[in-house]
Amino acid sequence: MIKIDEAVLEKAELLAKLKVDASERERTMNEMEKLLLYTEKLNEIDTEGVVPLSHGEPGEATLREDEVTNPDGKVQTLANVPELRNDCPVVPKTV
Amino acid sequence: MELLQMSVRAMSEKIKSKALSVKETVDALQMKLAEKEPMLGAFLTINDMQLEQRMDEVQKGIRSGRYAGPLAGVPIAIKDNICTKGLRTTCGSRMLERFVPAYDATVVQRLQDAGMIILGKTNMDEFAMGSTTETSAFRLTKNPWNMSHVPGGSSGGSCAAVAAGEVPLALGSDTGGSVRQPAAFCGVVGLKPTYGRVSRYGLVAYASSMDQIGPIGRTVADCRALYECVAGYDEKDATTVKREVTKSLGHEPNVEERIEKLKGMRFAVPKEYLGEGTREEVREAVKGAMKLLDRNGAVVEEISLPLAEYAVAAYYIIACAEASSNLSRFDGVKYGYRAEGAETLHEMYVKSRSEGFGEEVKRRILLGSFALSEGYYDAYYLKALKVRRLIREAFDKVFENYDCILTPTAPTTAPKFGTALKDPLLMYLQDADTVAVNLAGLPAISVPCGIDAEGLPIGLQLIGNAFCEETLFAAAEGYEELRGKFPTAWEQGRERL
Repeated sequence: MIKIDEAVLEKAELLAKLKVDASERERTMNEMEKLLLYTEKLNEIDTEGVVPLSHGEPGEATLREDEVTNPDGKVQTLANVPELRNDCPVVPKTV
Repeated sequence: MELLQMSVRAMSEKIKSKALSVKETVDALQMKLAEKEPMLGAFLTINDMQLEQRMDEVQKGIRSGRYAGPLAGVPIAIKDNICTKGLRTTCGSRMLERFVPAYDATVVQRLQDAGMIILGKTNMDEFAMGSTTETSAFRLTKNPWNMSHVPGGSSGGSCAAVAAGEVPLALGSDTGGSVRQPAAFCGVVGLKPTYGRVSRYGLVAYASSMDQIGPIGRTVADCRALYECVAGYDEKDATTVKREVTKSLGHEPNVEERIEKLKGMRFAVPKEYLGEGTREEVREAVKGAMKLLDRNGAVVEEISLPLAEYAVAAYYIIACAEASSNLSRFDGVKYGYRAEGAETLHEMYVKSRSEGFGEEVKRRILLGSFALSEGYYDAYYLKALKVRRLIREAFDKVFENYDCILTPTAPTTAPKFGTALKDPLLMYLQDADTVAVNLAGLPAISVPCGIDAEGLPIGLQLIGNAFCEETLFAAAEGYEELRGKFPTAWEQGRERL
């Protein structure tokens, strides 16, 4: 049976790149635990030797030639960048 | 004849035969929008900027013969997670409040090529995560049948707009029932096609292995016309399948033909879908539909599908896992919301995402991140994928002997505002009738089958074998004919708009 404590929540936050407010942490941990406990009912099913199914209808992926066919949408694409300098997105200093 | 009393094919015929102009059609709907939207709240963006030019283009295209198909000139609404070039696409999220796509989704391109006119973008649960449209960051959408109730979700705006007569057709997306359940709650028809039938190119991803775009209309025939317009292989989506989509080519079967097709058709009704969790009135309405089919030559038999009880657990693990991966792209760098005042790159990611996403989205990302993390991956994610295979195999077995499966679309009718979000687990359990279809990649359609004591519609779900949409349409049309005309929200006089 899973137990969601501060350490587990912190790990999930790190992976998710999210921060849960101090006032919400207790409720978030309780909800996560309740939901995960419910999903543990899957353990009632014997899945020994069953091959995982990643797509419901696993048709063969159809690939196309690796050629650029889209028209140039540079201006419209860059228009969505929150902060732009010389056509490059700006981010806080990394080094 | 009132514009929205006619089928979409009839509407297009009138426009093509010049009995009605494109502008007259759009103007009539815009008047309805102006009258109803302030209360209904189905739309997030009205396509004001591009509309005049588009109407002119379509009218000319019809005249020149460029737009000659069955939906030429027909207006449509699009769920706000489907990209529309130059038209804001928010996914109901602060994260994408100002996002304007640089390209059209393939389905949108196909609508444009068919001479359809996009009236606007509809409200939805944030990133399609929800069943009531209440998780939208922007507004509440009301149920046209009763304004104190939700329209369902996540395609609540699309279904409410069709039910209220604001548009004849809409597109939604369905990852765990998000087209079928709001269609049921709003008394309209909604289809979730087979996985791989409709291109997902330009659909903002939630759970990629289950997402499908689906049509919403007032009747099965309207829904089918839109499905035929958007379905089919697309080289931009490697998961679309190279299988021919049968086109009805303008032939709408008459009453006798529709009922005749039901004769000998075999329907399975899994008893697990009519159990304790299903409200009595819903159960009775579905049983009524079973009797109607049985009396008219179909074979209706009760079966058992024990794995159905595990679908919600498997679904939420897989959907949250895929969502945590898909939504990692929203980092405030290239597009979307960026928080102020962050000093490091990591802090900027965390602040932007924590401020930009709503509560339900964050809950699912956290759950998904956990389920995919080291030490838990096998126990949760891999286990769910194994159960998924068993569920698919159970469906395959049923379809060895039956053409369709009949279930309620949802265990209840539309709840009141403010009741569903209180307990996430209870809310997820309400998806019990719809999620197995997405896990298995099957097609399913919701058709209205009754009205409860509160005056809210009840939906009947018909599930078909993979790529058997044709059978599903035949069964649904036959049932629709036997049931008789279903009232609209405005005819019922229940609409208080």
